[in-house]
Amino acid sequence: MGFFSSGFSGRRRADTPGLPPGQYLTESFPVLSAGPTPKVPLDRWQFTVATEAGVAHRWSWAEFRALPAEDVTTDIHCVTSWSKLGTGWRGVSLDTLFEGIDTSAAGFAMAHCYGGYTTNVPLPDLLGGKAWIAFDFGGEPLAPEHGGPARLLVPHLYFWKSAKWITGLRLMAEDSPGFWEQNGYHMYGDPWREQRYW
Amino acid sequence: MIWQRATIEAARQETPRSRTLVLDVPDWSGHLPGQHVDVRLTAEDGYTAVRSYSIASASDSGRLEVTVDRLDDGEVSPYLVDIAEPGTMLEVRGPNGRYFVWDPADERPVQLIGGGSGVVPLMSMIRTHGDRSSTVPFRLLYSARSPALALFRDEIAERAATDASLDVTWTYSREAPPDWTAPVGRLTLETLDAALFPRSAGAVTFVCGSTPFVERVATWLQDAECPLEDIRTERYGG
Repeated sequence: MGFFSSGFSGRRRADTPGLPPGQYLTESFPVLSAGPTPKVPLDRWQFTVATEAGVAHRWSWAEFRALPAEDVTTDIHCVTSWSKLGTGWRGVSLDTLFEGIDTSAAGFAMAHCYGGYTTNVPLPDLLGGKAWIAFDFGGEPLAPEHGGPARLLVPHLYFWKSAKWITGLRLMAEDSPGFWEQNGYHMYGDPWREQRYW
Repeated sequence: MIWQRATIEAARQETPRSRTLVLDVPDWSGHLPGQHVDVRLTAEDGYTAVRSYSIASASDSGRLEVTVDRLDDGEVSPYLVDIAEPGTMLEVRGPNGRYFVWDPADERPVQLIGGGSGVVPLMSMIRTHGDRSSTVPFRLLYSARSPALALFRDEIAERAATDASLDVTWTYSREAPPDWTAPVGRLTLETLDAALFPRSAGAVTFVCGSTPFVERVATWLQDAECPLEDIRTERYGG
């Protein structure tokens, strides 16, 4: 006998290509943050890549915005089950930011954010055209509640990995859990394999 | 984490647009106050839909109760609020979230700020606090649209009346009780300031509600120099 919830028929039954298992489509852009939205003045904004060897590469907002940027159209998937397809971003590819940086000793990176949030991502998931530091959404400067002035955008993983209010990446030899990863979420977070919780 | 079968054991109408479902889960592991749970519905043809709901019951109760507010254009909440009956089967996965959680061993005062159905996870904290006869000072600031739509209104009033360590401030955004003298409308900074513990109390603050509500309150708290790490937020909707 099949298991079902009597009287439930559901609405969005058309198969949606691009929708990972257990996700539903949303047209809005829900906000999920563990804490308040931090205030980040642009004249004090800074982005740092710190290597295993302790070398720090820093960009001010002006220096960061002078880098070549790309338009990115991508689907995003939140662990709380909503997905939003075809979202439009503009940002600097991490390949651009990592040019000339020695990553030979690092397999992982910890994203650090204004407000104290952290999240861990394997370095290969940040390079090769897979991740950006995004500053525009839908043609407008990224709103503070969505991570502005700038957030990490690593859309092939659940969206908690796309850290809001990013201020730096610290390269690591070994993987180490970030904020949500210490609070029950998966170390990697692939939406296609439903890696939500550990 | 696995999906577990659950049966709706009972349903309580809380307001015209929200209902509490008492779920019977044979091997429920228990939960912490403030956590949420994923609920999966399966249609007869195998179609499934998953949503996340805050747990309303006390953590020591051993019971899993979720309080669901109907989103008029929603796919799952209208079913849970209006259609599902005791005996209905569904699945749950959880409990989830280990940050928006009150730790009863933490002796710091607790400031709860809820907007609308954002009061649900706060209610789990209040019930846990009450059931344990905890003396940790609790303050709740609850912004509801109207008395009729205020969740747990009688229970909160009764708990506040009988528990000296629980203090409640009500505010109404659309319609207030007939004898109401305070202003009716969106939560103001003045109301918030009057409801908060003094800064020196070192309270931990939990804010839950719609995104605009949480953004506004969290910005005010930061302006008031409440330490960022002592403010925990959760938002619904979108």
